[in-house]
Formats: sequence, structure tokens, C-alpha cells
Amino acid sequence: MQLTLEFGGGLELLCDSVKIHNVDVSPNNEVDKLTMKDLLVWVRANLIKERPEMFMKDDSVRPGVLVLVNDCDWELSGQLDTPLEEKDVVVFISTLHGG
Amino acid sequence: MAENHKKAAGRLCYLCNQRRAALKRPKTLEQICRECFYEVFEEEIHQVIVKNQLFKPGERIAIGASGGKDSTVLAYVLSELNRRHNYGLDLFLLSVDEGITGYRDDSLETVKRNEIQYGLPLKIVSYKDLYGWTMDEIVKMIGLKNNCTFCGVFRRQALDRGAALLKVDKLVTGHNADDIAETVLLNILRGDIARLSRCTSITTGEDGPIPRCKPFKYTYEKEIVIYPHVYVVIVENLNKMLTYAYFKRLDYFSTECIYSPNAYRGFAREFIKDLERMRPRAILDIIKSGEDFRISTSTKMPEQGTCERCGYISSQKWCKACVLLEGLNKGLPKLGIGRSRGLDNNHMKDVKQSNGTKNIEGKQCGSLDF
Repeated sequence: MQLTLEFGGGLELLCDSVKIHNVDVSPNNEVDKLTMKDLLVWVRANLIKERPEMFMKDDSVRPGVLVLVNDCDWELSGQLDTPLEEKDVVVFISTLHGG
Repeated sequence: MAENHKKAAGRLCYLCNQRRAALKRPKTLEQICRECFYEVFEEEIHQVIVKNQLFKPGERIAIGASGGKDSTVLAYVLSELNRRHNYGLDLFLLSVDEGITGYRDDSLETVKRNEIQYGLPLKIVSYKDLYGWTMDEIVKMIGLKNNCTFCGVFRRQALDRGAALLKVDKLVTGHNADDIAETVLLNILRGDIARLSRCTSITTGEDGPIPRCKPFKYTYEKEIVIYPHVYVVIVENLNKMLTYAYFKRLDYFSTECIYSPNAYRGFAREFIKDLERMRPRAILDIIKSGEDFRISTSTKMPEQGTCERCGYISSQKWCKACVLLEGLNKGLPKLGIGRSRGLDNNHMKDVKQSNGTKNIEGKQCGSLDF
């Protein structure tokens, strides 16, 4: 599944300072749909190069990290259960940096 | 599942009931669309400004601008509101250059772009000019342990001195609701009653030379961060000209300070964010608790006076910046660190007696009218 992932607010520093990543993520098996929960596991394993604790806490993003799926707050689409579809754009922005 | 997705995506805005909701407001839990968010975000700040009478027509206002998200959004929103509601304010950007290579030099570039994008005059004051030391030099001397104390004390004064140079009536800062809740907790944890009673005031220092205010006191960090991201989409949707330029207008700098492990504040911050996830109103409630604390009359409050050395406001003989600076210049950087206030002062008396006049001349920030 082709997805566009964008890291902002300092989170890009955890993945080689690259803000926008065009990635191909496959669900665990053919039947399952890919959800945000799966994507986070994938991102942590494949994109985050340092200090993963700045990005995740337990199995979700760290509190203070905003997530937008197709420009929509993921709190409206079910957070970890948000299903992902081909060409979706997922944005992660940290609010923890200085102001 | 796909249907769920569509259904969630199709939920309508609580306010206009027409467009697709794009975010959940932490303050109200309302699900609203971008356009309505943009409107209520700015309108609420306008209401805070009006209700608290933050400004008077004709005033000169400096916006403390770090290039970070809060001050960048504040500068943008304030110049918009000033135009829209005819506040009649003269706005300025005021930045402090702490002298941190690879951090502040980059973020100052953002502020310089903001100067052009918003059309607001910019003044930069540097630690090097004011105190004779950059943070890089200070850290080289004292290491990474108490460096944030130096930086915080120096920044506070630097902003006041910059504001005096700009001859402004007030200084506004981008402190948001999350920051204030965090500070309430920290002041409780430190037992700092004087600061606890001050930190929730929307305007402070009215008796001093330059009052400060926080128009974002009730604004959630989440909304500040989301605002520029949402804004670009609105502009695209409306097919306005300058689509990209608008986004550029809100570009902000978001790298953590390279010298800031500041673990204690970090824990408080994380705690606040954890609470917010469980119950977003917690942030406003902590601020409310801070406001409603009654300080018992038997608590001894420090009296405000002026620093004998530089004339800055101080509850002690010398202001904190002068004490810290004295330590740096004498090669005793631990001077003024920690809470032994009485000791500091006794010590300073000795220092002053031994080589008084020379020190007074030696301080570069010299005489500013306060």
C-alpha cells in the first residue's frame, strides 16, 4: 500500500531529518486491513533511527504528538483503529518542542 | 472497515453542520471543520484580548519571537486581529540571540523571514552584547548542568531591555495553556509561592517598566500546532492566490535547544500531556486551580525592589542576572545557583565591598532606564 508520511515539529530529526517519506507498507496478511496501529509498528521499525521513545509510548504515539490522516485529526477517525487506504497521507507533528 | 473510514470521514462539523469535521477541539471536545476552527481560534483570542483589556489603541507592542510555533502563530494572529478589529497597535518582533550555534542562529533565520512575511519590524538583542557572554561560551565554562538557569534569567532581562530599546508599552509572549499548566505544577513542586500566584496572571509586571501579557493563556498547544497546518489547506480550498506564500508566512522552527536536557520540566510536560490524553480539560482546570489558590497572609512574600548594580527589578540586593554574571566573570559559575538566597546576598556584599566600583562599570548592559 502506497502511503505518504510526513514528520514535523522536530520528529523529522528522528528519521534522518527527512520530513516526507513515500512508503510502501503491506498489511500482515492479505485479509487484514492496514490500520494506524500497524503503521506505527512499521514506522518504528523502518523509519525511526533514534530515540523511538520521542515518537511512541506503549503502542501509540507519545502524548503530545498530533496525528492527521488525510488532513483530519485522527481523534475523529478512531486513533489506532483508523483504517488506512491506498494513497493516504499521514502527518505526525510533535507539540513537545519549544515555542 | 472501509465503511467505517468513510463514515468517520463524513462526520459533519458541530458548528456549521455543513462541512466535514477535521479536528476535535481539546477545550470543548467539539468536532469541527477547518474553516470553523480557523474562525473560532482567532475569535477566542480576540475575546481574550477584549475581555482582559490587554491593549489600548495607539500602544506599541513587542512580540517576543523565537521563531518557534507559539510566537510565530502569535505574531501572525495578532497582526491579523490588529488589522481586522482596528486595535490601532504598532507591532514589533523582538528576538533574543542567546548565542547558541546550530540552534538560535537557525531559528533567527525564521524570525527574519517572519519580519518580511508579516511586515513587522524586528529587533534582535544578543547575550553577547548585553552580558559579554554567549551561551556557547557559558556552557563551555559551566557544562550542561545549570546552563538553563543562566539562559532563563538572562533571557527574561534581555527581553525587557530589548523592549526598552524599542520603547514599547507592552511585551506579549506566546505562552500557551499547556505551558501555564506546566508552570503551575512546577511552582507547586518547587514550593515557589510567589511565582505560583503570579504565573497564571494574563498580565504581569504592571507595576514594573514593561508589563507582559499572554494572549494564548487559554489556547491549547494542540490548536496552535495544528493552526498553520490547517491554514494552508483552507487557503488551497478557497483557491486564493499565494497558496504557498501563506504557508510560508507561518513557517516555524522546531528543533529542541541543543543545551536543554531540562529533565524536571520535561517530566512535568509529559505528565500534563498524559493528563490531556485522558481528560483534555485538565489543562484548563490546572490553570483554574492556580488562579484560585489563596496565599495565606502569614506567608512571607519577597518585596520587589531594584538591583543596586544595574537597576533591574529585583527582590534582592543584586538581581539574579548580576549574581550569575559575577560568578561567570570571576570564574565561580556556581554563584547564584540553587536556592540559598540569603547566602547569595551575604556573599555579594563581600564581593561588592572588595571591588565595588570596578564591577559596576564592568557590566556591559550598563544603565537602562527602568
